[in-house]
Amino acid sequence: MKFITEFRRSELAEGLVSQIHRESKTPVRFMEFCGGHTVTIFRYGIRQVLPKTIEMVSGPGCPVCVTANADLDKAIALSQTLEVIIATFGDMIKVPGSRSSLQKEKANGAEIRIVYSTMDALQIAEDNPDKSVIFLGVGFETTAPTIAASILQAEERGIKNYYILSMHKLCPPVIRALLDSGEVKLHGLICPGHVSTIIGSHPWEFIARDYGIPCVVSGFEPLDILQCVDMLVAQIEKGESKVEIAYRRGVRPEGNREALKLIEQVFEPYPTEWRGIGEVPNSGLRLRKEYKSFDAELAFDINPRPTYEPKDCICGDILRGVKTPADCKLFSKACTPEYPVGPCMVSSEGSCSAYYLYGGNFGG
Amino acid sequence: MCLAIPVLIKSIKNKEAEVEIGGITRRISLWLTPEARVGDYALVHTGYAINILNQEEAEETLRLFEEIAKAEEKS
Repeated sequence: MKFITEFRRSELAEGLVSQIHRESKTPVRFMEFCGGHTVTIFRYGIRQVLPKTIEMVSGPGCPVCVTANADLDKAIALSQTLEVIIATFGDMIKVPGSRSSLQKEKANGAEIRIVYSTMDALQIAEDNPDKSVIFLGVGFETTAPTIAASILQAEERGIKNYYILSMHKLCPPVIRALLDSGEVKLHGLICPGHVSTIIGSHPWEFIARDYGIPCVVSGFEPLDILQCVDMLVAQIEKGESKVEIAYRRGVRPEGNREALKLIEQVFEPYPTEWRGIGEVPNSGLRLRKEYKSFDAELAFDINPRPTYEPKDCICGDILRGVKTPADCKLFSKACTPEYPVGPCMVSSEGSCSAYYLYGGNFGG
Repeated sequence: MCLAIPVLIKSIKNKEAEVEIGGITRRISLWLTPEARVGDYALVHTGYAINILNQEEAEETLRLFEEIAKAEEKS
């Protein structure tokens, strides 16, 4: 058991697809919240094998995509500060802010390092004691505990030149905001797998209870997605709405208590801005006052100039699930992975990138 | 962004483990999974094990898929 290829077997996929076709009677629209699921769905052509009764829409589950331009501008402004090294996950580097991108600043001489892990960023801080290392804290509940752990490690190792620009976001509050807006009507939600590895399945229960929408937590292999769709269809046809876990090998109902403890210790929720969605109450994480010495926003004087959005880019509408990349007049013309206009084309998990790489003319 | 991959834990020292990812040996952090043991498969996200994969559940899920495939073949 290697936990990968076993969940890609085509003969098992055929069985699941056949069962879905046989059982699905009611026309429904399911949203996959997570960008990782979007990639699996496109890479394996899952939309094409589902019956006509099932429409799939992609949600806002791409942390790079939902980072507001104002936050990107702050990161870019920080990179222009003297004696600063920016450490960031690679996806952030090409995202255009209002006037520049981290990639452009790097070309202009800013010290920007792409890291795989906060452990690498800590090492850079330890190796460069005369510089300040600022880690761009982007990510959902999956990533937040790793950032929290890095702060505790910095404390333990006496590293004083390590800072976080915290742009972390929480998933359940933004799903509530999307559902409350009423813009997109959903009949089922494919809940994010690795966010649920951390938070468990209980935080999704309000969706099934208050909005009557079936929820199933899915893994990231093609059989996982098919199983999840099959379980959503079963709930729909029985007239049920509850939270179930399909990804049982990777998710426990209670989540990862150790990771949750670290998030709770280091961060506190606050209202934050999502691209295309606006400010959502309690949907961001900022450092608690005990850890303020690690907060880049407090340690540095950041003065980004006013922000503005790229003209004609509809990433915001795409993130809310009300439009698809096929509706965008820039898509695959002015906006491509090589020369992206909006973040959904930059991130490997962005909807525009998935449509561009795998969608062909199918588009939806 | 929330990408996490299954890796086999080869050895453990303090709060770190040596794992193999695609033929390359790397060190990962066990800060979030103190229960990790040598021989476990961990889900690794940005250099941190975020969970230990449950082999019994994985086998159970695959058994279910096989049953569905058999049943659908007959119908």
